[in-house]
Amino acid sequence: MKRYSVFAIAKQAMNYHLGWERAWAAPEPKKHYDVIVVGAGGHGLATAYYLGKNHGIKNVAIIEKGWLGGGNTGRNTTIIRSNYLQDPSSAIYDKALQLYENLSQDLNYNVMFSPRGLLMLAQTHHEVRGYLRTVHANMLQGVQTEYISPAKVKELVPIINNDGPRYPILGALYQPRGGTGRHDAVAWGYARACSAMGMDIIQQTEVTAVRSEGGVVKGVETSKGFIGCNKLGVVVAGHSGQLAEMAGFRLPIEAVALQALVSEPIKPCMDVVVMANTVHGYMSQSDKGEMVIGGGTDGFNNFTQRGSFHHIEETLRALVETFPMISRLKMLRQWGGIVDMTGDRSPIISKTPLGNCFFNCGWGTGGFKAIPGSGWAMAELMAKGEPGPLAEEFSMWRFKEGKFIDESVAAGVAH
Amino acid sequence: MLILECPYCGVKAEETELSPGYEAHLKRYGPGSTPEEFEAYMFARKNPKGVHFERWRHAYGCGKWFLAARCTATLEVFGTYPAQSSAPPADLQAKIKAKRPNWEGYK
Repeated sequence: MKRYSVFAIAKQAMNYHLGWERAWAAPEPKKHYDVIVVGAGGHGLATAYYLGKNHGIKNVAIIEKGWLGGGNTGRNTTIIRSNYLQDPSSAIYDKALQLYENLSQDLNYNVMFSPRGLLMLAQTHHEVRGYLRTVHANMLQGVQTEYISPAKVKELVPIINNDGPRYPILGALYQPRGGTGRHDAVAWGYARACSAMGMDIIQQTEVTAVRSEGGVVKGVETSKGFIGCNKLGVVVAGHSGQLAEMAGFRLPIEAVALQALVSEPIKPCMDVVVMANTVHGYMSQSDKGEMVIGGGTDGFNNFTQRGSFHHIEETLRALVETFPMISRLKMLRQWGGIVDMTGDRSPIISKTPLGNCFFNCGWGTGGFKAIPGSGWAMAELMAKGEPGPLAEEFSMWRFKEGKFIDESVAAGVAH
Repeated sequence: MLILECPYCGVKAEETELSPGYEAHLKRYGPGSTPEEFEAYMFARKNPKGVHFERWRHAYGCGKWFLAARCTATLEVFGTYPAQSSAPPADLQAKIKAKRPNWEGYK
């Protein structure tokens, strides 16, 4: 792998930019790997990357049904934050945020991490109390957040309408370290680094069955034939339930569609991320000038990657009230992703009933922000066979034990 | 736009008129049940990519709960039937089988 640098750009400029090498290889699968990771999204690629970087396991294949980063990694609203209520959540999300802060240097790939600050608006008294509680919890966890006044909100977000009428802004939970990143670049950067370590990223290859012997995984059947492995990591978000069925057990997960949309590009008007959970919408401005808008999930199981129309209307209605100046904006694109929801809205990073088979799933509507931390924790789990401190609370058996990490109440809908 | 016909009042209701209730025909467990049974009942829901049976409520209509058979991969609706059913009706199952020959049947 040739390093990207200002000197490389200068050198290529002399050569009409014809000398850039492919960012990652496109190999045919080998017969056997030490580790197979199913799913070349952000979480899967990060898992493979930290397996190589932290644990020296480099005989790894990452198998992807579609194209690299084409699932939820390429469909989210790119928000990064770690202002969670429960200790296990803030630990892993803040680990992810810390890794994001140096990820461009670490990967030698510009992931355009932009810690522009993130506001979660309090628009009901219940929310005010909830966010004050979160701020106090975050202080104990060592995660810097603060509760700010409506006047400070207006100072940070001049385009906001503080006065309601239906849901006036009473304050906000502010995380100055939060922000956005370039979602595709996160997947591409990890893919390039994995490929440089000699890992095989095998795209357009669907896993059709999991082969096991005596309760231990032996490999996977794919559309390119059988591929053997010593350890299997499944990191497939929306299709986790289907993969679990192949592995012979059921996960406490349901798949639903979550939607997002972007407007036409406009001049810079908002340099923070604003989330309004009561009225159900969140918005940031991309570097291209588009307003990136996220909404709610559908309430029924769905694998179609498109959501219900009325959610768009509800989201935009709420945001037009909060940001009156966007009322004339045209929306350019709308899309959906299939998110894997668990009962407590927290992820699963866990051993499974099948030996040497590990699942990382259940990130629901908020997986992008967690990618580096999730990969870090999953790599540790796969390398050692036992969860480390980041993953140990996220066992798939917590639903039987009643040890929930309840973020459905803590984080509301916009998770 | 998802449109389901309420089997009670006969109205073809679109989804803003309905409230979703997730998996149908759940076996419920009460006090004295094992953690495994509670987990299966409360969390380990069926999540098929294909034929799925669900509870819906005609919330902004007659208010009644009913059940629906739907394909989660295409959003095709096979039919709806009253909530007082312990399994999908035989004619509905036959209709689904005709449309989805690979369907393994109701389990």
